Amino acid sequence: MRVTRRDFIRGGVAAFTVSFGAPAFISDLARAQGASRRNLVVLYLNGGNDALSTLAPYQDPFYYSRRPTIAIPPGSVLQVGTDASGRALGLHPRLTGLRQMFDNGHLALIQRTGYQNSSRSHFLGTDIWSTANPSNSLGTGWLGRYLDQLPSPVDPLAGWVTVREVPRSLMANRVSVPAIPSIAGYAFQSPNGTGIEGGYSRQAMTTIASHLPPDRPHLSFVNGTATAAIATLDRVASVGTYAPTVNYGNDGMSQALRAVAGAMVRGIGTKVFWVTTGGYDTHATQNTNAANAGYANLMGVINTALTTFYNDLRNQGLLGDTMILQFSEFGRRITENGSQGTDHGAAGVMMAIGGNVRGGLYGTAADLNPFPGNPTLENNGGDITHAVDFRSVYATVIDNWLGANSGSILGGEFRRADLGFV
Amino acid sequence: MARPSPAVEHLLRRAGFGATPEEREKFSRYTVPNAIVALTSFNLTNTDVDQYIGTPGYVGVTVRNPGFAPNTNITDARQRWLFRMVHSPAPLQEKMTLFWHHHFATAFSKISGIYPAADATRMMAAKKSQDSTGMTGQIELFRQNALGNFRELLVAVAQDPAMLVWLDGRLNVRNNPQENFGRELMELFTFGVENYRESDVYAAARVFTGWNMRITGTQGSPSATYQFVYNANNHDTNAKDFSFPVYGDGSTRIPARSSATGMADGLDLIAALASHPETARRLARRLWTWFVSEADPPESAFVENIAQVYLQNDTNMKPVVRAVLQTPQFIDKKRFYQRYAWPVEFVVRSLKEVGQVGFSVDSALQPLVNMGQQLFEPPDVNGWELGAGWFSTGGMLARMNFASTLALNQRFALRDQARDGWVGNSADNLLSFVLERLSLPVPDAPVRAALINYINAGGPFTGSEAQLLNKTGGLFHLLTGSGEYQLV
Repeated sequence: MRVTRRDFIRGGVAAFTVSFGAPAFISDLARAQGASRRNLVVLYLNGGNDALSTLAPYQDPFYYSRRPTIAIPPGSVLQVGTDASGRALGLHPRLTGLRQMFDNGHLALIQRTGYQNSSRSHFLGTDIWSTANPSNSLGTGWLGRYLDQLPSPVDPLAGWVTVREVPRSLMANRVSVPAIPSIAGYAFQSPNGTGIEGGYSRQAMTTIASHLPPDRPHLSFVNGTATAAIATLDRVASVGTYAPTVNYGNDGMSQALRAVAGAMVRGIGTKVFWVTTGGYDTHATQNTNAANAGYANLMGVINTALTTFYNDLRNQGLLGDTMILQFSEFGRRITENGSQGTDHGAAGVMMAIGGNVRGGLYGTAADLNPFPGNPTLENNGGDITHAVDFRSVYATVIDNWLGANSGSILGGEFRRADLGFV
Repeated sequence: MARPSPAVEHLLRRAGFGATPEEREKFSRYTVPNAIVALTSFNLTNTDVDQYIGTPGYVGVTVRNPGFAPNTNITDARQRWLFRMVHSPAPLQEKMTLFWHHHFATAFSKISGIYPAADATRMMAAKKSQDSTGMTGQIELFRQNALGNFRELLVAVAQDPAMLVWLDGRLNVRNNPQENFGRELMELFTFGVENYRESDVYAAARVFTGWNMRITGTQGSPSATYQFVYNANNHDTNAKDFSFPVYGDGSTRIPARSSATGMADGLDLIAALASHPETARRLARRLWTWFVSEADPPESAFVENIAQVYLQNDTNMKPVVRAVLQTPQFIDKKRFYQRYAWPVEFVVRSLKEVGQVGFSVDSALQPLVNMGQQLFEPPDVNGWELGAGWFSTGGMLARMNFASTLALNQRFALRDQARDGWVGNSADNLLSFVLERLSLPVPDAPVRAALINYINAGGPFTGSEAQLLNKTGGLFHLLTGSGEYQLV
């Protein structure tokens, strides 16, 4: 069955209420837990990214025969060499900045990531990538479980979501991760201004929100959220005054990464940031090759935002402190549909970017020839089958970057020696 | 002032959006069964309050150049809908319209990314009597069918221009079937993800080949028409096999049909899905979540009861919703104030209970975005993430700050009402006055103490004009911004 966040909270509210940390200690906590500035920025491409348009196998004749209108011409791709199976690959032409990062050795491209019996449902697929459990998508997120194992009590700003909704990946038992879509809006107001009367209001609101009656777990949950909001106001406000070294765009993803850079420079102590950018459910008029439309625009958005962020952090001397990990809930059908788009498919491509990332091509591309028994395809040759379990990528990040134990967080052994991208 | 019984107040919060002082007066004379009849017996011909938009005594709208245009401007469409939620004499109609908007979640932005924004607004929100070509927007379809027949609604939705764009049905042709609509019809609109296989998705896509859209006139002009059309030439005439029964005799095959009669494929599949027992149960579970509780899982007795009512009434929703409101689970005292309010519910309830004259619903639109809910813009086809998911810290701050904005806007009126309410020089009286207006439960002792402290902060409360102004507005802010007010 489909499991919603509501189902999770139902079981999680009580645990959350009991273990929620006293806000008085929060700044101490942040100092203690922020001793390492190392952090992870998760970038979610919402809708199911068409991996074959991000990283194109431009010498595979079936790439062109099965995608007569949307394949990227061989002369347009940004070549990044050949993978271990000898297949030549090229980035989407709009990814010029990412190509530069690749050349700097700071971009790892991990091909054919996914899991067995890949769900073609956006919602189930997203839940599976979030919980890291294909057989049971109920429960906390993999990043939530990482936060849960930090020393207690966990700082509410250990996680920072730059969009309005806290994704399931960051659902934890011991901390309510804040959603901060706008730093300016993350402030306390009162009808009597911000002077003495306003101060009385803030004081009263703080006291009211600290009331956590054990017989009313849902009221306690809301009040706990209000308490976390009030307790984090001042630190978040400090990020609002950050002056970046480069100009960020006005799009949502650029502004989100600007806040991430600000939080890093201000030393907030956040361990995991979450950034979402949407529009990847390209069923129709995908316009992979257009100058200014469709998928080409999507690539333009991430290229500009990531390049700006990369340059800002490099100028701040913080590039080595961060890793960006990109994923999407599934890849798309190989053969284009009748509306110049692609339907839901299976395996996709992941990226890791950072000053300490070992760049390069990981995993191997599929052979797009739909002959019966082609081991790299599934669904009668319709979709790409996975060769790298996404949990193995998570395991590398958890063990080698976050310094935690992937076995306990993922509930099993997923480490792979050939995935040493960090 | 007369106050309805706690059970009737519960009903008004859940089946409506709370109540204005006038509505509270009226419902104070109703028993629960009377109130259920009153809420579910609305007549579609006399629920229209649009004529009052822009007139004194009602919540305001903001009119921009070249004039208020709720059929062609999405911001104005949002204002009109909020106006209706505040003032409709049939709040359940608006509540169910919101339910269907969530169930068939369609986002304006995808449509306006393909067609001119004015045309996209018409597809979402045009009122037939006011539209240049007599088009009925999707939300009007939901309003008309708020308590209508679910099977008929499914057919209308499958042929609705906004849906044909949203889930790409307009592009679904026999040589290249489009899976988007067929998949979501089964996964989200009817029986749910555990009841079909991938092969059913491919078959459903073929069933709806040729269910396309016809455009005439000049796009972006008032003459543009967007209509459902069955394109016989684009329909796949072969038989389609499913893993579940499509017909009453248990047959799982939709037979091969001529292209001329092939539209019956879609009607057959919709009929099968509408009356599938798992669809009945899934709707029952969704109604549980919507009306009864998000805090605990649907009770199986409730689900079976409501599913039976649905199937026995030929998928008619009016007896179903009435039955939901009559269940012992719904009216149970332990459910009072236990459901997380949606942002829209919170905003409309505040406007009804705190006051709305002199406030423009336009001022609620950005706060609603900050709380995570923009009307006509659900995040995806699965609708909004409900329940506790609304309560991120940012979302909670947005609620507190909307409470502040509204209290600031209404504070002179509130001061006068408090003065006229014989608050005198008593902090207790002032607090009681505010609590009653907000139909809140009796606060726990520590909360009450914090509120009394607040009233006396800066000097003991003497009922001076300055104190009445500051503290009355301040209390409405604190209470509508509190955790308690986020639960309905």
